[in-house]
Amino acid sequence: METIYTLWKRQLVKYLRSKSRIIGSLAQPLLFLVAFGFGFGSIYQRAGEGNYIQFLAPGIILMSVLFTAIFSGIDLIWDRQFGFLKETLVAPVPRLYIMLGKTLGGATVASIQGVVVFLLTLAIGFRPENWLMLPVALFFVVLVATIFTSLGIAIASLLEDMQGFQLIMNFLVMPITFLSGAFFPLDGLPKFMEILVKIDPLSYGVDAVRFSLTGISEFSLSTDLLVLGTLTALLLFLGSQFFERVQV
Amino acid sequence: MIKVENLTKQFKKFTAVDNISFSVKRGEIFAFLGPNGAGKSTTIKMLTTLLTPTSGEIVLNGFNIKEHKDDVRKSLGIVFQDPSLDDDLTALENMELHAALYQVDRQHRKERIQMLMEFVELWDRRKSLVKTFSGGMKRRLEIARGLLHHPKILFLDEPSLGLDPQTRKHLWSYIVKTNKAEGMTVFMTTHYMEEAEKIADRIAVIDHGKIIALGTAKELEKKTKQNSLEEAFLELTGYEIREEEATGLDRLRQRRQMWKRH
Repeated sequence: METIYTLWKRQLVKYLRSKSRIIGSLAQPLLFLVAFGFGFGSIYQRAGEGNYIQFLAPGIILMSVLFTAIFSGIDLIWDRQFGFLKETLVAPVPRLYIMLGKTLGGATVASIQGVVVFLLTLAIGFRPENWLMLPVALFFVVLVATIFTSLGIAIASLLEDMQGFQLIMNFLVMPITFLSGAFFPLDGLPKFMEILVKIDPLSYGVDAVRFSLTGISEFSLSTDLLVLGTLTALLLFLGSQFFERVQV
Repeated sequence: MIKVENLTKQFKKFTAVDNISFSVKRGEIFAFLGPNGAGKSTTIKMLTTLLTPTSGEIVLNGFNIKEHKDDVRKSLGIVFQDPSLDDDLTALENMELHAALYQVDRQHRKERIQMLMEFVELWDRRKSLVKTFSGGMKRRLEIARGLLHHPKILFLDEPSLGLDPQTRKHLWSYIVKTNKAEGMTVFMTTHYMEEAEKIADRIAVIDHGKIIALGTAKELEKKTKQNSLEEAFLELTGYEIREEEATGLDRLRQRRQMWKRH
């Protein structure tokens, strides 16, 4: 237990210490909020859909949770490169604990990031319909953060260095972001797009948080919970399996 | 304390370690010498549970490495060839993290950490981030960390690489002191022959995955009819320069160094 807690705390301490990383990771969601939010806002309104910021904000929150989570997992490659991974692998503790400590730490950092971006959206003009639903939204943020941190760890376990990084960005993180329904509503989409969106796990996170905060929803909250709950279990399992095989 | 029998490690078709056997007594300082790519690091990785042997038996501190991995791990202190500290944490945080991983008794944790950090003369710098440390300071911190949980066997993989003579002298004095005081067994590899000659009780020379000589420095010199361990070593392993292929990790490191310079 102490192992998991200690490694969890390590992720947190490192995050809070890297001021530049925090500021840097807020610049991107802010840019998206301003550029897309105000850029497409009037078109969206003219199409009779209402306030675009209200629609977009939950998507941006989830987008930045996704980024932070995946990279918290992938920074396992740096642990390996700086050699710190060896220190944990030769310690008399099960690898599962090491993986869980890192995953929970990364997921916590990503969730904090989500909360900070939520505050940012408030500054831009986003207003939740029902403040009482905030804990529900947070719960789903935590699920999404756990899923993608585990995914990051699974990927990092297979990679030796950062060579494959661009590949992951372009073929994984970007598609997951842009096909998640974070930026556009699903109705009226071409069939193939609709299918892609429904395959994308982030769609269910976006949907759940959007429903919790604004009442707009494509799927039902129970579908979201089912999909994300299953994926959390599956990816924790996968992450730990891959991590089990890491050799240094 | 260390018993290795018919240990072999194969990577695909390449045999890095080829059927080696040796044993190290309690309290002994044992040096493992060999040219680049001879199989030193692979052996150390197997002994420290980082790598699973293809075949053979390893018994450390009375525990078979296969069946009692965690007991074995608790008995080992390890100073790796490359630093394995977390640069973004302070020196003290690195020590505390290690204490937690090795479940060092909570009551004595603080004193033990302070004692060891004073021992390696880093207590005043305990609140500094490790990334601000020089190579020598990092190595000292790693030694302190390796000793934190009272290991029965200390593994040192080229601990003096890249250190100035002053730091090297200090470092060995810590190690020899602990070896004497606690009867801790030491297993080390090094490229500095005079270090091995001065410090090690016995020396094994490994080349092409096989142990080609084993004995005290004097015995090796006598066997090869040379006057120093260095000459004996060259006589045993030949004068050819060995090349090692860079792994993905080495390439990454090189790139990082390039960034740092600019």
